[in-house]
Amino acid sequence: MALSAVHVFDASSPWRLSDQVSLRDEAFGALAYHHGNRRLVFLKSPELVALVRSLEEFESADEAIDAAVASGQHQRYVQALSSLFNSEILCGR
Amino acid sequence: MGADFSLRNRFERGLAAPICLTWELTYACNLACTHCLSSSGRRDPMELSTKEAKDLIDEIAAMQIFYVNIGGGEPMIRRDFFELIEHAVNQKVGVKFSTNGTRIDEEAARRLAAIDYLDIQISIDGADAQTSDRIRGEGSYDQARRAMDNLQAANFGQFKISVVMTRESIEQLDEFEALAQHYGAELRLTRLRPSGRGVDVWESLHPTREQNRRLYRWLMERPNVLTGDSFFHLSALGDPLEGLNLCGAGRVVCLIDPVGEVYACPFVIHDEFKAGNVRDAGFAQVWTTSELFRSLREPGNPGACASCGSYDACRGGCMAAKFFTGLEMSDPDPECVFGHGEVALEKKRLTIRPTPSPDHSKRVAVAITSR
Repeated sequence: MALSAVHVFDASSPWRLSDQVSLRDEAFGALAYHHGNRRLVFLKSPELVALVRSLEEFESADEAIDAAVASGQHQRYVQALSSLFNSEILCGR
Repeated sequence: MGADFSLRNRFERGLAAPICLTWELTYACNLACTHCLSSSGRRDPMELSTKEAKDLIDEIAAMQIFYVNIGGGEPMIRRDFFELIEHAVNQKVGVKFSTNGTRIDEEAARRLAAIDYLDIQISIDGADAQTSDRIRGEGSYDQARRAMDNLQAANFGQFKISVVMTRESIEQLDEFEALAQHYGAELRLTRLRPSGRGVDVWESLHPTREQNRRLYRWLMERPNVLTGDSFFHLSALGDPLEGLNLCGAGRVVCLIDPVGEVYACPFVIHDEFKAGNVRDAGFAQVWTTSELFRSLREPGNPGACASCGSYDACRGGCMAAKFFTGLEMSDPDPECVFGHGEVALEKKRLTIRPTPSPDHSKRVAVAITSR
C-alpha cells in the first residue's frame, strides 16, 4: 500500500491492475470500469489490454512493455500506462 | 474523448454488450409527468417477476455490464426494489436509479446510504415548485426536495439532480447549479424528447434554437455537468461536448422495459424499435442476434445532412427525436442547430406522426397527495 501515495507513473516500478477495476474485452481493446470512482476508461488496442493484464508477472512496467511490443514503441506504451495510472486503473505493488 | 473519431466509429458498429443499459423496472408511477418517456402510470400485469428480474441481473453480471440505469415508472414502487438492487450490487453490477424521490423518507434514505455501488438521480423539472410542478404535478417539487434533504441527513454522499431541459427550465441553469452546490450534488441535464407522453408537449416545450445555443456554451464551460450524451446534436456548434457524441441506440445503449421487451434506446418505446424480449432466450441473445440491432450497427446514411459540413460533429442527431416528430432517419434532427430540422418538419407537417406503444398512462389525471 505504501506505493499508493505515489502520484507519478514510474515505469521502472512494478504495477498491476487495480482490484477495483473490471476489464471487458471488446474488438477495439477493452472497457475498464473503476467500481470506486465509477469511471469508464477505454483501452484502445488489444495489445494494450494484453500488456495491462501481464503487468503483474513482471518486476517493472518497462520489462512488461519490452516483452510485449517492439522497442520503437516503448515510449508510446509508457505514456498509455501512465494515462491509465492517472485514471486509477493501475496501482503499484 | 469527444474528438476521438476512430473509437466512435468502432462504437457505431456495436459492442459485445451495452455500455449503458437502461432498465425500466415498472410502468407504475405515483406521478404523471407530462413528458414521461415511457408513458408510465399503471403497472403492467405482465411485468417481470422477482425471480425473472434476478435472473436478468445475473445475466447482466455475466455479460460484464458494469452498471445498469434503473428507472420506470417509479422504480421504488416495486415491493422488491431493495431486494433487486441489493442483488445487483452484490455482484458488482452498479446501480444508477432515477426516482421522483417521493418514496425516499428518512428510513429509505438510511437504507440507500448503506448500499455501495449505488447512484441516485432525483428528477425535478424546475428550480422552483411552480415551474417544476407544472410538468411533474402539484407537490412533486417539495417531495423531491424532501428526498434530497433526507439523503443529505443520511450521509448518502453525492447524489445527482436530474433535469430535463425545457423552454422553461433552460432559463434556470444557474439556479440548478446553485441547488446542486447546496447539496454537494452533481447536476445532470438531459434533452427533452418527443417520446412517450412527450409527444404531446414537445412542440410547446422544446428549447428554441437560441436557448440551445446558450445551453451549449453553458455546458462547454462546465464539463462536470453530466448530460448522458444527450446533447450531441449541439456539438455541431463547435467543439464537441463531453461524451461519446453519437447515437448509441442498439450499439452501446438499449432499454429493457418492465415486461422484458428490449428496445434500441430509452427514447424509442415503439414496436418499430423493439428488438426482442428477455423472456424468450435471455438478454444476450437479443443484444447479439437482433436484426434490428444489426441494422442499427450498419454505417449510417447521412441523407439530407450529407452536404452539411457539421455531419461529423452531430451525426444527424437523435433517431428518437426524428422518429416521433414524423421525420425520416435520413432527415436532420428536428432541433438541428442550423434550423434544417425546422424546414424538414414544416414539409412533414401534414403527415401523421407515430404514437408511442405501449401507453401505460393513467386513464384519468390523479391528484398527488403527500404520504
